[in-house]
Amino acid sequence: MTILEVNSLTKQFGGLTANKDITMTVEEGKITAVIGPNGAGKTTFFNMITGVYQPTSGDIKLDGKSIVGLKPDEVAKKGISRTFQNIRLFGEMSVIENVLVGMHTHLKTNLLGILLNLPFTKKEEASAEKEAYRLLEYFELDHLLNEKANNLSYGAQRKLEIARALATKPKLLLLDEPAAGMNPKETRELTEVIKRMGQEFNVTVILIEHDMKLVMEISEHIVVLDHGEKIAEGNPEEIRTNPKVIEAYLGSAAVH
Amino acid sequence: MLQEVLQSLPQVLVDGLTLGAVYAVVALGYTMVYGILQLINFAHGEVFMSGAFIGTAFFILIMGMGWAAEIPQFILLIIVLVLTASITGLVGVGLERVAYRPLRNAPRLIPLITAIGISFILQDVVRFIAELFNGNYIVTGPSLFSEQITLKASSISSIFFDARIKTSFLIVLGVAIVLMVALDYFVNKTKWGTAMRAVALDRETASLMSINVNKVISITFFIGSALGGATGVLFAVQYGTIDPYIGFILGLKAFIAAVLGGIGNIRGAMLGGMLLGLMEMFASANLSLLTGGVFGAEYKDVFAFAILILVLIFKPEGLLGKPTAEKV
Repeated sequence: MTILEVNSLTKQFGGLTANKDITMTVEEGKITAVIGPNGAGKTTFFNMITGVYQPTSGDIKLDGKSIVGLKPDEVAKKGISRTFQNIRLFGEMSVIENVLVGMHTHLKTNLLGILLNLPFTKKEEASAEKEAYRLLEYFELDHLLNEKANNLSYGAQRKLEIARALATKPKLLLLDEPAAGMNPKETRELTEVIKRMGQEFNVTVILIEHDMKLVMEISEHIVVLDHGEKIAEGNPEEIRTNPKVIEAYLGSAAVH
Repeated sequence: MLQEVLQSLPQVLVDGLTLGAVYAVVALGYTMVYGILQLINFAHGEVFMSGAFIGTAFFILIMGMGWAAEIPQFILLIIVLVLTASITGLVGVGLERVAYRPLRNAPRLIPLITAIGISFILQDVVRFIAELFNGNYIVTGPSLFSEQITLKASSISSIFFDARIKTSFLIVLGVAIVLMVALDYFVNKTKWGTAMRAVALDRETASLMSINVNKVISITFFIGSALGGATGVLFAVQYGTIDPYIGFILGLKAFIAAVLGGIGNIRGAMLGGMLLGLMEMFASANLSLLTGGVFGAEYKDVFAFAILILVLIFKPEGLLGKPTAEKV
């Protein structure tokens, strides 16, 4: 079943066209990778899906409904969450608080409940903390619970970003270079986590990644962008042998 | 000389803590808004002043009804505090909507100038309404909590003189502390408090984590302005006579308190307010004594501003703030 449908999406910044006429679909439950050389427009593409940028033209549909024009928090409430290329945790907050921020929209308590400290509010806050704890356990961060996010190791921060994104209970999770800056061991662990995650949290993953080993290992569908345009699409085997892709990465001399 | 300083110390402490509590709660309004928008909301002092007027109006109105004499003063105060805080809270939300939100992405100087404009408007609107109903913009409210209590400090040690306090001082201090503890709990332990801190740290990421940033900003303005308005009521209860210009100098002092504690830091604002109140009262009691009569008690304001300058030169991040490296 199609979960995300992108139709001739274009984004221009003044005279610069960052994304041009991109059309693609994402199947529910299948890990999709968006790859391409630096500056290909991958992050711009993510930013349009999450509502950070409004597309110049084109349409984005989640579960058949257009999400163009919604603000980032509204898109997040519809079920799209993400991580960032440059880690953007709430550094001054503790690890568990970062996850609790992610749960924000699922806590039903209102201001009145908070002001009067109603029993319902208290109960809900306690259960949210339990849920956050379980998420941290899954990512093996539970022993760091009360540590400031800034004090975590790089790999742990990357994992915490994913945990925070999952706390919003998304249908669709966008990972922007999740393995960037990780050592080989951390990358291997992460690969395993991403593979398992989809099933356990019932979430469809789209990722941007430069680590081709990781991409080829876990993706079921790959979209290649270059200079803001989609140049190829297919399963890992097709992409590996596609001359256009090789040209984009290595220059035209490599093909001929 | 030391003996004279010590003699007055109990009174200085009592007065200083009360004044400090007022500064601290008003400073919270500055620091919360700054933390989230990096905007110094200079109209906040006027929200405080509006609170003083609205509260006094409620007192006059309620005391004018015969049956009100039956209500214990304390209950009356709580009712007026809640009503006034709700109104000034809404005023704050309205200000943000009308004056600051359209300028959210403008250079930071522009909302600052708007804030100053808003404070003039509030001063004149309050002055107009006060003159319309009262005939004079200087308003004296009913006298409440005016019993005197003597704090027998001399029984602790004969160096000290007794301190004399009006019951209202205790009320001001007590209510202010309750407000601060409640706010601290709200910010650190609840859903919306957590959201508020998240928005202060990184607005865009917070919105991507499903937080409605506009709503959080409105809540921030509501709480800051409600606290400011409530403090205005306390101020009116304590000093009795108010005019539309009390918010200016008090707002500036509260701003100094926020800077002293580290602007953007909530506990810092509380600490800064308390410290500033104590220092100012100490200065007003002892300046002429310490300088051999060259400077009198009327220099206490200069003293407060000198503190601001010293903080900005030597510790611009404030007592509890963290130094931020300039991003290149």
